Amino acid sequence: MNESIRARGPWRLAFERIRGDRWAIVAATGIVFTILVALFAPWIAAVVEHAPEAQFRETGLSPSGIPVGPNREFLFGTDGLGRDILVRIAYGARVSLLVGVLASGLAVAVGALVGIIAAWFGGIIDTILSRLMDVVLSLPFLVFALALVAVVGPSLTISIVVIAFFSWASVGRVVRAQALSIREHEFVRAARSLGAGSLRIMFVEILPNVAATLIVYATLLIPSSIAFEATMSFLGLGVVPPTPSWGNMLADSIAFYKVAWWFVVFPGAALLGTTLAFNILGDSVRDAFDPRHDQTIVLDTETGGKS
Amino acid sequence: MTDCLLQVEHLVKHFPIKGGLFGNTQYVRAVDDVSLDVRRGETLGLVGETGCGKSTLARCIIRLENPTSGKVVFDGNDITSKSDTELRPYRRRLQMVFQDPYSSLNPRRRVGSIIGDPFEIHGVASGAERKRRVQDLMHLVGLNPEHYNRFPAQFSGGQRQRIGIARAIALRPDLLICDEPVSALDVSIRAQILNLLGDLQKELGLTTVFISHDLSVVRHVSDRIAVMYLGKVVEIASARELFKHARHPYTRALLSAIPIPNPDLDAAREQIVLSGDPPSPIEPPAGCRFHPRCPRAEAKCAAEEPALTTRLADAAQHLAACHFPVKDGESVALAGKLS
Repeated sequence: MNESIRARGPWRLAFERIRGDRWAIVAATGIVFTILVALFAPWIAAVVEHAPEAQFRETGLSPSGIPVGPNREFLFGTDGLGRDILVRIAYGARVSLLVGVLASGLAVAVGALVGIIAAWFGGIIDTILSRLMDVVLSLPFLVFALALVAVVGPSLTISIVVIAFFSWASVGRVVRAQALSIREHEFVRAARSLGAGSLRIMFVEILPNVAATLIVYATLLIPSSIAFEATMSFLGLGVVPPTPSWGNMLADSIAFYKVAWWFVVFPGAALLGTTLAFNILGDSVRDAFDPRHDQTIVLDTETGGKS
Repeated sequence: MTDCLLQVEHLVKHFPIKGGLFGNTQYVRAVDDVSLDVRRGETLGLVGETGCGKSTLARCIIRLENPTSGKVVFDGNDITSKSDTELRPYRRRLQMVFQDPYSSLNPRRRVGSIIGDPFEIHGVASGAERKRRVQDLMHLVGLNPEHYNRFPAQFSGGQRQRIGIARAIALRPDLLICDEPVSALDVSIRAQILNLLGDLQKELGLTTVFISHDLSVVRHVSDRIAVMYLGKVVEIASARELFKHARHPYTRALLSAIPIPNPDLDAAREQIVLSGDPPSPIEPPAGCRFHPRCPRAEAKCAAEEPALTTRLADAAQHLAACHFPVKDGESVALAGKLS
């Protein structure tokens, strides 16, 4: 093979396209920063010597009991109970990222499984699973979440389960549609003629062909899961106080928005920035996997220019 | 006949198509009462126009489709109604090369694992042993064994078809069905693939069913040839016999469509241009299915379906389904019927 020409796999192509997208790089940097903040939350707390749930009645509240604004001791100010907002945002990032990644991962896994099963078996199984997805998509999520949390009580696990439950159906639909077209390809017939069973065809033949879609959906589901969790915490259905989460911080800030702008702005900015970054990255990933601008061979010359 | 590896007996495959709200279900008669024998070690060519049921017949034989009725007997065992589990031991012995090398290989999997599939599925070999056998196969079909880790998109059409062939012969099947293996390839690549198939057949003692719409390709590889028209076999004979003494007007028409590179010979022979398209397999014509397009058709042809038997004192193996078979040297269009 000619040395100056090399063929590149679809994953590598996608990766290189993402690397060439300036906004995607900015978004990815932001996401990495958020992850680092979440990972080093205890370290941040140790440096500023403020535990996330510690209340500083003397230094953190004005004599009239109003939160204090950003100053040398509290970089982002304090909340209504005199707690350090910076430290609480860092700990809140842990909740948000955990919920975002776990809930969207769970949703994508369930959606992929259901979609592939529906498409491969067809018939009555397809009808039942498709109607099930329609039902899930038509449920009003807040009403459902309220009812469920009223029964089992709020917790992080319940938040993740509820968010995944409301997200898998849209993945399932898309995967089913893709798998339906993939199952008509001759390589599926070839596998059957070799004696491959249903499991093997679903997971070895069909799954790799929907993997790109799954990646895109996973990236785009993370920000919506984070926003979803914040909504639930805001309504008191998610993370139980005093554990900090961006949602319950925003809920607490409502009472102070006229006197303590920092109480609303910093958790809100963290939430906005993180979801925006994941959304931009998700869009870029989707563009990168779009087969419409597929270049499988690129001239790898000295100048390094793309053909 | 004990030397028959495969017997197809009165095989019928009808595909239902649903009508409107109150419409009654109609059927596409893709394969309608086909009987064939394939002898051990031979190559049977199966020719016919696009849509005449060749591929459906092949899929019924390897049970990718379930026949509507009739029997497929493989090496003395009726495999028509076996379950998937019961079929597994036969799958190893009955393999297929698919028509389109672009869609018959999973684009997301590496070539080595595609060719290694048969070993894995049937638990024949794994790990290093599997890799070694896959590379042997790649060498056997003329691929570079070092390309083990490449994706199908990194190969040309001819190379992809070699991959498909390697996968099909991996388990040393007894019967290989080639469903138009070269029709998706460039003319320049066709001969290479045909020669490869021929070599492999000699080397591995394969019995082959070779499906094509191109008589000149089939002639190159086949011992016997069966001609299909609209779901039925209309003529079957040894390749030599068929090319010399074709009896069915349809076979004659197909033969006359093969280009001859010598313009003098080409001008001298009878050109039979069939009018119209093949009729719909949903409502095939009564009597002989070819009669609406046949230059020799008479009233009898529309009324009575001709049986597939020996005609005009031919050899016992030469069967044709025509009421008015064409004699040697005779023009297909009957003298009195030129209209």
